[in-house]
Amino acid sequence: MIAILDFLGTNCQYDTEFAYKKLGFKTKIIWHEEKKLPSQTKLVVIPGGFSYGDYLRSGAIAKFANIMSDVKRYAQNKGLILGICNGFQILLELKLLPGAMKHNENLNFISKYHHIKVVSNDNTFLKAYKKDDILDIPIAHGEGNYFIDDMGLKSLEENNQILFRYCDEKANSLNPNGSISDIAGICNKEKNIFALMPHPERAIDKLIGSDDGVGLLKGFFD
Amino acid sequence: MKVKVNIKLKDGVLDPQGKTIMHALKSLGFKGIHDVKVAKQIILDVDDDKEVKQMCEDLLANTVIENYEILS
Repeated sequence: MIAILDFLGTNCQYDTEFAYKKLGFKTKIIWHEEKKLPSQTKLVVIPGGFSYGDYLRSGAIAKFANIMSDVKRYAQNKGLILGICNGFQILLELKLLPGAMKHNENLNFISKYHHIKVVSNDNTFLKAYKKDDILDIPIAHGEGNYFIDDMGLKSLEENNQILFRYCDEKANSLNPNGSISDIAGICNKEKNIFALMPHPERAIDKLIGSDDGVGLLKGFFD
Repeated sequence: MKVKVNIKLKDGVLDPQGKTIMHALKSLGFKGIHDVKVAKQIILDVDDDKEVKQMCEDLLANTVIENYEILS
């Protein structure tokens, strides 16, 4: 069972559900007022969108939703969590992941396909990938300018917590939003909480541009 | 009572809005601008200011990148 969280203003819950169902997984959308995750939850996905209108800071209000105390308990018990876009921002606000998001460097909302490369694969999410594998996956965000201080960045690097960096199709550095060290995705030290700004659920069929998201969504279960 | 809270990005954290505004001012011909920073002010109407610090820590500021200043 994949539990997909749903806040006021979330808008990628149905795409995420569609993608996982297409891949043959059982899913359930969990409304934020619920108090408990389903007991058979194998993965919690915090999907993209604009929870609470991005008021104050993106993700800042969602962290107080009812369901979040059970999500925190689930995280402490080594449960798997995947945050996509706004889900990434929420995990940062919850301090389940280190760092913070700022407005994109050029202040524009960026919505387009972008290449990312795999940086660390010694985790359950990316174990099927090789370092420097390149994926083409849409990004769609206004606040994806990831920031962490020097010490934090060093610690991310030392513990292989950087999952993806933005790049061009030849793996050269190409950064759409100003994020530090071109970071597009990270995980926690314990490697059970993962997040990325790109939207794998929007890249599940070559017909609409790319199916590079399929491997990511399935990554935990292969 | 009204309590004002100023929230601004910490020193060393690049401020994209401030930078863009600075470029815009310069392109309008204003001279002698060295830097522009954008901050926000939240004005609370509360019984007392005892819990305002906690409000800042829990919600109003993201202390990873922002400093806050409480003005009563």
